[in-house]
Order: sequence, then structure tokens, then C-alpha cells
Amino acid sequence: MMEIMEGSHAVAHAVKQCRPQVIAAYPITPQTHIVESLADMVANCELDAEYITVESEFSALSACLGASAAGSRVYSATTSQGLALMFEVCFNCAGMRLPVLMSIVNRALGAPLSIWNDQQDSISLRDSGWLQLYAEDNQEATDLHYLAYRVIEDHRVLLPAFVCFDGYILSHTYEPIDTLTQEQVDSYLPPFKPYQRLDSTDPISFGLFASPDYYMEFRYDTDRALKGAAGVISAAGKEFGELFGRDYQDLVEGYRLDDADCAIVAMGSLCGTVKDAIDEMRDEGRKVGLLKIRCFRPFPAREVRKALAGVSRVAVLDKNVSLGAKGAVALEVRDALYGEQIPVLGYIIALGGRDVRKKDIRQVVEMAEAGKGDLFYGLREEVLQ
Amino acid sequence: MALGTGCTARPGRSRENRTGSWRTFRPEFAHDKCTACGMCRQVCPEGCIGEDEEGLPVPDYNYCKGCGLCAEECPAEAIEMKKEEK
Repeated sequence: MMEIMEGSHAVAHAVKQCRPQVIAAYPITPQTHIVESLADMVANCELDAEYITVESEFSALSACLGASAAGSRVYSATTSQGLALMFEVCFNCAGMRLPVLMSIVNRALGAPLSIWNDQQDSISLRDSGWLQLYAEDNQEATDLHYLAYRVIEDHRVLLPAFVCFDGYILSHTYEPIDTLTQEQVDSYLPPFKPYQRLDSTDPISFGLFASPDYYMEFRYDTDRALKGAAGVISAAGKEFGELFGRDYQDLVEGYRLDDADCAIVAMGSLCGTVKDAIDEMRDEGRKVGLLKIRCFRPFPAREVRKALAGVSRVAVLDKNVSLGAKGAVALEVRDALYGEQIPVLGYIIALGGRDVRKKDIRQVVEMAEAGKGDLFYGLREEVLQ
Repeated sequence: MALGTGCTARPGRSRENRTGSWRTFRPEFAHDKCTACGMCRQVCPEGCIGEDEEGLPVPDYNYCKGCGLCAEECPAEAIEMKKEEK
């Protein structure tokens, strides 16, 4: 059924339909509407979950970690500084192989303080062992929550996941959402069956001490599970498409890429603007296409290489910067294309909520065609000293 | 030992971590001075001091890290820390 909903409310509705048993979250802009909605649902007995109010994000994710280890389906949501405060717990959730789902409403990190959107927060946790899925619009943001639970609770995966969508641009925007019925969700997402759990009658401890004789093998095992998640995402995304008509089989999606000369690579809501700019440029006869990356962890290097094999240049848009190096996506794409004679040019763009318009995308393509890249796009030179 | 998914362990698994090799100083127990008060067993962070039939302390050097707490706390000064020799 089509409903006009705010992005945050659509996500909260989807999370409710996934029947989480424990929710622990701390409010932070622009994530607040999600957790407010869920708190209302629990208070109104529309959702049978334990809602733990905590004093910080560190506690929120710690509560989720414990509840997941005890065998519950758990949910949290955060952004920016809140995610930064969860840093330690993020690594522990992954190492303990706990399928915790968290929505990341992407926002810039301080300093300087910014409440606006970029993707620095989740990108900065790229090495933590969590799956990272990025949504282009609110329909996708909603659907990826059903998909993510299905994937991470699979006993071949057993890892936590971020479902990332851009703060304000998506979270506070009203769009038509094709909502699923509870029966449809239940048919796709069975109840959580923990692989192992805390049980006083059969005790185990999670996150044990590993001496140098064992630590590397644990890390290898987690890495292997995360890489293996790619196939599980693909299969679950295909089944989602067969059941509900929206296919998420591919970890990356090409748009007008088949005969493209210049490929733009982007993640998240930016892809919508890029598609509009591409349509305009295509009308003018310019061979430009988009490769949208939906899954950043595990990074689908083989799919990226295959999708970009025929282009003559690649322009990567990064809403993040690995300070002292380059944009995180550009680095991954360049790695995926290693050995190919295709120039990969990176553009740091839209940090801290700066708008990106179609003319900016056209400008990026022109810069890429001139071989000018690996820069911060659109700097206001007059304010730099 | 095989890895447990999620770094999990059943009770007793820490016995496999033989931490005795970390030791620089080794506690030696003079049973002729010992009053069998049990203080050393109580303060041992590893819980690796047992007792014989007469209640006298018997350390398990497979796990003793040589922290010296037992020697510091022994009221009878019956425990001496001696440097390990190869």
C-alpha cells in the first residue's frame, strides 16, 4: 500500500514490523524521530519490545550487545557523535558475532560541530566488522531494514549491520512508501533463532581473551564471515524482489552505464541527483553513467570491477574524507580497478550538508574529462587563508 | 583448542591459557614458617594456590604469573620471591 511518510517514520514502521524484542537508543539529531516513534509504539502496546532508556550511546549499544547475546532480536539507531561514542562496542559486537541492527542517519562529525549530512560517521567505522548498506531513497531505506535482519541473523553471517541513510535529505523528507503488510514481513523474516546464547543452565562467556596464539585466527574468521555475507545479501535481495517486486540482488547498481564513457560512483541519496544530471547529459549526447554502491561492507570489489570494465574514466563522489589520504570510496574503487588502465578520480563533496546540484555533477564530469581530480570539490577559496 | 564462533567459551576454558610463562619472580613457600592461615590463597588473583593434606599452600606454577601479592601479604613472611632462572 502506498503511503506518504517521513523517512524516519517509514523506517520506524519497518523496524516495528521486524518485531525487535529489545530496543536501546539515545536520541540525537537527526535520528530522533525514529526512536521517538518506536518509543511511542512500545508505550501504546503496538510493539511488544523492551525499550531501554539509557544515558549514552555507549550504554545503548552495550545494552543491545547484551540483549543479543541473551538471544533477542535487537535494534538501535544513532548518528555522528553518537556512533563515535559507540566505537568500542561496535568492534565487540562484530567480534562476538552478534546480529545487532542499527540505523545510521548519516551526519557529519565534529569539530566543527555540524548537525547536517555527510557520511563520515559510518565510513569511519568501516573497519569494525559491521555490514554497511546505503539507501538512495526512503523506499530503499525501509526495505534494507527487512533485508538486513534476514541477512545478519543467517547463521552463515552472524554479524551486526548498519543501514545508512542520509540525515534530513532522507530522514526528514516525506516520500511515498510502498509499505508491506505484517504478514508479508513475517513470511520474509522468520523469528530470530540465536546460534548460541547466554543461558544460566548451560553457561558460556562471550568475547573471551585470546592470546597471540589465537587472536589472528579470530580476526580472520570474522573477516571471512563478512566477505561471505555478500552471497547471503544477494540471495536475500533476490528473494525480496520475487516476493515484493523490488530487487536488491545486486550489491552495486548501474544506471545508464552500459555504453558510458565516464562513470560516476556514488552512495546514498546523492545518486538521485546524479541520475537526474545524467539524464540531462545523455539528452545532450554525452555518454555518462552511474555506478551506485548499495553495499559498502563487504565491499563488492569484483562487481565494481566488472561494472566499470568498459568505461574510460571514473569519477568517485565521496561524502567523507580519510584525512591525510583520500575519500574512502575512491580508495576502494581504485583498489578494485588495480591493473586496469582506467583513471579513477576522487571528489570530496557535500561535507557537512553542503548542497549538491545537477550543475555540480556536470562540473565533476567536466573535471574528470580534463583529468582533474583527487580534490575537495567546490571549496570557497575566499574563506580559506 | 578450536575457535568458538563469537569468541565464546565454556566454563573452565581459561585453564588452557597457561600464564605461568609470564613470570619473572617465583614465589617459594617455606612450609616450616607457614601457619596455614590461608591468606595467600585468598589474595592470589589467579586462584592458583591449592593446599596439601595439612592445609599448607601448594602453588600451581603453570598459572602463577609471579605478581608477588601472596609474598607481600603473608603474615608469617613465609613466602619469598626468587628470580626465575633459565
